[in-house]
Amino acid sequence: MHSFWIIFKQAFMTKARTKSFIITTIIVAAAFFLLANLPNIIESFEDDEEGQVIHVIDESGELIPQLQSQLEQTESDIQAMPTEMSEEELQQGITEGTIESYLVIEEGETLSARYVSESANEIGAGSEVEKAVQAIQTAQTAERLGLNGAEVGELFMPAEFEREAVSDSSKTEEELSQARGLVYVLILLIYVAVIYYPNMIAMEVANEKSSRVMEILISSVSPVKHMFAKIAGIGTLGIVQMLIFGIAGYFAFKTSGSDMAEGFFSVMGFSEIKVSTFLFAVLFFLLGYFLYAVLAALLGSLVSRTEDVQQLMLPMMFLIIISSFIAFSGIGMPEANYVTVSSFIPFFAPLVMFLRVGMLDIPLWEPLLSIAIMLLTIGALGWFGARVYRGGVLMYGSSQSLKDIGKAIRLGNKK
Amino acid sequence: MALSVEHATKKFGDFTAVDNLSLSVEEGQMHGFLGANGAGKTTTFRMILGLLDPTHGKVSWNGRPITYESSPFIGYLPEERGLYPKMKVEDQLIYLAQLRKMSKEEAKKETAAWLERFEVPHYAGKKVEELSKGNQQKIQLIASLVHKPSLIILDEPFSGLDPVNVGMLKSAILDVQKQGATIVFSSHRMDHVEELCDDMSILDHGKVVVSGSIREVKRNFGKQNVRLKMDQELTALSQLPGIEKYTGTIDGAVLQITDESTAELILAEAMKLGQLRHFSIEEPSLEEIFIAKVGKAYA
Repeated sequence: MHSFWIIFKQAFMTKARTKSFIITTIIVAAAFFLLANLPNIIESFEDDEEGQVIHVIDESGELIPQLQSQLEQTESDIQAMPTEMSEEELQQGITEGTIESYLVIEEGETLSARYVSESANEIGAGSEVEKAVQAIQTAQTAERLGLNGAEVGELFMPAEFEREAVSDSSKTEEELSQARGLVYVLILLIYVAVIYYPNMIAMEVANEKSSRVMEILISSVSPVKHMFAKIAGIGTLGIVQMLIFGIAGYFAFKTSGSDMAEGFFSVMGFSEIKVSTFLFAVLFFLLGYFLYAVLAALLGSLVSRTEDVQQLMLPMMFLIIISSFIAFSGIGMPEANYVTVSSFIPFFAPLVMFLRVGMLDIPLWEPLLSIAIMLLTIGALGWFGARVYRGGVLMYGSSQSLKDIGKAIRLGNKK
Repeated sequence: MALSVEHATKKFGDFTAVDNLSLSVEEGQMHGFLGANGAGKTTTFRMILGLLDPTHGKVSWNGRPITYESSPFIGYLPEERGLYPKMKVEDQLIYLAQLRKMSKEEAKKETAAWLERFEVPHYAGKKVEELSKGNQQKIQLIASLVHKPSLIILDEPFSGLDPVNVGMLKSAILDVQKQGATIVFSSHRMDHVEELCDDMSILDHGKVVVSGSIREVKRNFGKQNVRLKMDQELTALSQLPGIEKYTGTIDGAVLQITDESTAELILAEAMKLGQLRHFSIEEPSLEEIFIAKVGKAYA
């Protein structure tokens, strides 16, 4: 056990001390704070939006006062100003940047208005003006039909619409939308983690092989112990990094105090943190990590140069990417058949079963069965991986393909 | 018998890397292991270390098989040098010693002592990749000795070193041997083997073709060299009966003979040719034996 801890510590410490690790951790943590304070930051840039002036061409001259009064009622600071200029002159002005936008408004059977600004997709002012014009038309039509204000209000009363599901396993719509945000974020984290950390392991192993220190290591400690100590060390590093991200994210949004953060917490379902969802997330993160880490160590042991790692990792990456497709598409329809089936397939289960656990009220035996299947797979893969690893680390050559697995097993074979 | 390899054979598919190899090294002895590239030296070392299992035969150390339990007693310098390029020298040596179950405090003390001995204490805090090849090699040797092993396998310990450093490393290895370590080492340099080793063996295509103490090997070779130094043309001597091989040198010639009586004949004939400055009967060099046994030019 002694040497296990020494390798464990070394794998953890050397990675944790690398500049790339420290910088990544800081950048991601800083990104959380930036994201949380984004509304405040945007607001501080918004000053020049105040008092945006829209030049209005209104032949009748009656619509401008109505428009002005409508715009006053909104929260925006948009001002409508009559203009004597022709459309050509106004367009010229926009191209030159002296004016921001103009509006041509005409009265016909209905109101017709044309809002012109530098780019059509400009948000904010355009939609505010549209609402104001719409309101004027509504008022005019109501007047023509002889309706009073209360009647207009009634006309636009929204219908009550609620979704309810009959199926036992589905949650109510409100629960679902809350769960969806949280599950989405956690699936994303698990996805990134099962790509990032196993990749680290494969690189580490290939590095030790290409620098030829591997032969010294495995003459001191058994390759199997070396492999698992390394996987445990990097795994712990992963947990620590995720924990830092989690804490940074939590404090970032808690301390920013902006409306968005509060909205974010309730939309994401963080306000009513479901402990079980988080526990499952940690559990599936660990299982997914170990599953893919063993596979990555096996693949890493086959190459003799770090440049070849990515190529050999490709099949594994496909597995992860496919499982992410299933998981992300399954957020919209967690009860689909293919989601249920793939939640029991070991390489897809970490993401997909977590999705089902997070989104549905499924009986406990289902995740337990899936976990059992994953544990068995990890065990089998660990046994198989150790055999490949034992021979693979001694193998140096130009050809690197999955066919080498057979060669590695023969090389490492006991008798 | 400290280290014993009995009838070890290692096959990779149809290819036989090591064929029925037997080897025994007494405790405290140094055994020289010679062989051309690809003769099976590294495979043999890997079998001794337990990295590979022999297809047939067995390896034992003091009567017991070598497993990872024996790890603290074994030191290994692989032919392909291997250290963590980005790790600091001291950290690295301590880490490797700890893997061989030495305590951290002792590893630290030993590392410092070895760096001092090899006159490189100022490299302790440097990354290995910053060192010259020769200095990396010193660190590599320290890594195989620092945990005070009793069985040491050195694969080409002196390749790529200047004579001063070779001297330094040689004396270190001899000191370790004096303290009781059993050492197996391979080299391409016959003079190193001749100088350091008690016993030796030559490996060719996975088979041991020669083995025994160096004196035995030379005696059993059955050939000797007669060295002549004189200014006259000596090619005529190559026609004498009993001459195996004639080699001209700058200041004379070397004649290979099998029977010592031929030497007297050479002496008589040479004196007829002119003034003889030097005449000696020499033991064959290991290099000659090697070339004769392995059958190809080799330096």
